[in-house]
Amino acid sequence: MKLDAKIPAGPVQEKWSNRKFELKLVNPANKRKYKVLVVGSGLAGASAAASLAELGYQVECFCFQDSPRRAHSIAAQGGINAAKNYRNDGDSIYRLFYDTVKGGDFRAREANVYRLAELSVNIIDQAVAQGVPFARDYGGMLDNRSFGGAQVSRTFYARGQTGQQLLLGAYTALARQIGLGTVKMFSRTEMLDVVIVDGHAKGIVVRDLVTGEARSHAGDAVVLATGGYGNVFYLSTNAKGCNVTATWRAHKRGAGFANPCYTQIHPTCIPVSGDHQSKLTLMSESLRNDGRVWVSKKQGDKRRPGEIPEDERDYYLERKYPSYGNLAPRDISSRAAKQVCDDGRGIGDTGLGVYLDFRDAIARLGKDAIAARYGNLFHMYAKITAEDPYSQPMRIFPAVHYTMGGLWVDYDLMSTVPGLFVLGEANFSDHGANRLGASALMQGLADGYFVIPYTIGGYLAGQKAGSVKADHPEFQRVAGGVVEMTKRLLSIQGKRTVDDFHKALGKIMWQKCGMARNEQGLKEALREIPALREEFWRDVRVLGGELSTNQSLEKAGRLADFLEFGELLCRDALERRESCGGHFREEWQTADGEALRDDEKFCHAAVWEYKGDVKNAVRHQEALAFENVHLAVRSYK
Amino acid sequence: MKVTLHIWRQSKPSTKDDFAQDGKMVRYELDHVSNDMSFLEMLDVLNEQLIKKGEEPVTFDHDCREGICGTCGVVVNGEPHGPESGTTTCQLHMRSFKDGAEIWVEPWRAAAFPVIKDLMVDRTALDRIVQAGAFVSVNTGAPQDANALPVPKADADKAFDAAACIGCGACVAACKNASSMLFVGAKVSHFVHLPQGRVERETRARNLVAAMDKEGFGNCTNQYECEAACPKDIPVRVIADLNREYLRAKVREEPANTKRIGGDG
Repeated sequence: MKLDAKIPAGPVQEKWSNRKFELKLVNPANKRKYKVLVVGSGLAGASAAASLAELGYQVECFCFQDSPRRAHSIAAQGGINAAKNYRNDGDSIYRLFYDTVKGGDFRAREANVYRLAELSVNIIDQAVAQGVPFARDYGGMLDNRSFGGAQVSRTFYARGQTGQQLLLGAYTALARQIGLGTVKMFSRTEMLDVVIVDGHAKGIVVRDLVTGEARSHAGDAVVLATGGYGNVFYLSTNAKGCNVTATWRAHKRGAGFANPCYTQIHPTCIPVSGDHQSKLTLMSESLRNDGRVWVSKKQGDKRRPGEIPEDERDYYLERKYPSYGNLAPRDISSRAAKQVCDDGRGIGDTGLGVYLDFRDAIARLGKDAIAARYGNLFHMYAKITAEDPYSQPMRIFPAVHYTMGGLWVDYDLMSTVPGLFVLGEANFSDHGANRLGASALMQGLADGYFVIPYTIGGYLAGQKAGSVKADHPEFQRVAGGVVEMTKRLLSIQGKRTVDDFHKALGKIMWQKCGMARNEQGLKEALREIPALREEFWRDVRVLGGELSTNQSLEKAGRLADFLEFGELLCRDALERRESCGGHFREEWQTADGEALRDDEKFCHAAVWEYKGDVKNAVRHQEALAFENVHLAVRSYK
Repeated sequence: MKVTLHIWRQSKPSTKDDFAQDGKMVRYELDHVSNDMSFLEMLDVLNEQLIKKGEEPVTFDHDCREGICGTCGVVVNGEPHGPESGTTTCQLHMRSFKDGAEIWVEPWRAAAFPVIKDLMVDRTALDRIVQAGAFVSVNTGAPQDANALPVPKADADKAFDAAACIGCGACVAACKNASSMLFVGAKVSHFVHLPQGRVERETRARNLVAAMDKEGFGNCTNQYECEAACPKDIPVRVIADLNREYLRAKVREEPANTKRIGGDG
């Protein structure tokens, strides 16, 4: 596997301009001859599909949801970063670049991160022009708030529903193109394989989730914008349908998978209430603008929060990280919560929780001001827990949220398979080992609106339009494999349900490859996952038919992929013998429990090449050079 | 706690001539239901038991399970999204029901929402309405700076209130006319309160109303059931916005081949 990141020459500030000029163009009259298949309709997919269609390409867009508007980008709450410096507080493109490289614990590619910071300002302009109703101040100007890992206010927001509003902006741009006939939309359609002809991605095989039919779609390039793999842990803040299938099957066809062990555990989620739990709900990081995180100073303190006097409370984030306080980055805040719980000071019946308290903010600003900022989040919290966060502190605990790893892409967002591009959370490119809050929306939209429209032209200019049709024998071969897998899943008729297996996998992943990892646990996981996978293929029970709506079958196919992918994630975690960002190896920590990087041996992206099975996957390296932000111990003290 | 469920089971998709197909209410008893379970988690538990018994699980739409994607939605005891106001089905919890409760669960019922299977319906009609004009016609490119055009906070807030619609279709399911005017009103109201959206206000109002009629949604007769069912509390004033915008567009409609004289008034 050859890894050429194609980083343009020149100073970091000029790389994107240089690359844009180098890229070949497709003339306007020729664009309509090329067809691009976009899989996924979240921020990255919808913005890419709409923008490519506006340029004149033929676009087909696919999503497994019943409408492109429902992709899980919609659930992002807190906001989107942009280096607008509207607050006059010292922000700049360079500072956003710096914060993101540092926040990612020096494991991202500098050139990509700089481009992301540069494009961040265009995204806000674009969204406002679409009618995205961002929060405004009384003078009619856009409002901002602060997010973790930054000391400036650069986060734009729309109450607690920023992802929803940005996605609706991208969705309406997409809807406009669908109405104009330039995008053909296929909802309730799941991609199950990539078709590669002469080394280039030339199409996909999908399953129509209503009729069950397997279908081939040919194109001149394939764009995957299919999100992250957090559901490998079963319980996560992801939607139930989020899955690794598209990226995993592309990986099995030759796309390198980078840094799967970089998973983000979000510090503020509603704690688990019982075995029936089907997912975890995030409470936005923006709450840490006004909420204070604390536990009792005493172990096993069973008093109610209101009964614990001020001097017996440990505001541990403010104590340990005085300069960032409650706005310490996610990886650090999550680990700090785990440490106080391990210390026997966790709250609630399970001892797995900490308080997020708004008492002081309500006293300072009034209940109405807090309701205006976070009303929908407080409402959601009250619905789920039957507790009133205005009168008692929220109970929160870390949960799997985002995955920084993903398919490896070069500077043009192309994977190791020519013609296969990967955008948004599905790729690995910009967040290193830890993503800062309010940066996922920024990346998804930067990739879709402002990167792929340029870079895909550079690729397509060298391809003959429409060279491969869906009647090519390779499509039949791949579609045959898809149908065979479906039939196999239905034929097992074992005893255990799909969810039962998924919960078992989630337990292994969370216990042995969760917030803290060590060699022994990872080795155990690497024995247990293949055993579980073997049992799955022997004993799973999937009812219903092949050629009809069958939700159990959909889940079974996705779980089959998680059962392979989980093993790769653990292998990657085992091989990365250092702690960085969201990947914390207990063997590598400082005396006060902070992550200890090993820049000499691990200042690289690990890129896995599939070789028939996960056990034989080969680990390649893309070395990372830090020419602008110098490698340093990441400190938020 | 223990509950008795009556759930609509339909194995084949609705057709124009035969909407209900083999559909019928089927009774299930479910024990060990916890207060902390969401309504959908309760259905998950039922489905696990059905699979173990060799019966096909109940098909229902759901995804984010945090009340924002708009995928889920069933009629619970006659009310879309169930008894709690301002709550999607996924955020409805079993603590809203008493031990021994009997619960009737049905799909959204509207001619424009054919049933696909059991509780799952086809809501692509709502997407087609959006495609007819619920957008600002701006291409990706280099629009002016985001702060170049100030928007009064009150307008931005009103636009947001309408834009909070999750497109679940509960308003249609609640309406005796199966009208989608709360949904369409929300789109019109969102854009008309922003300067960016006002450029196309007339074509938008005309096209959305035409699209909604074409899809077979009914008209509003001011029952306000939609507002009561809406999990995001979209107010019926958005329907007033829609009526006003539609009237404005109709009054200002120019007959074909007429030359406009003078300004825009």
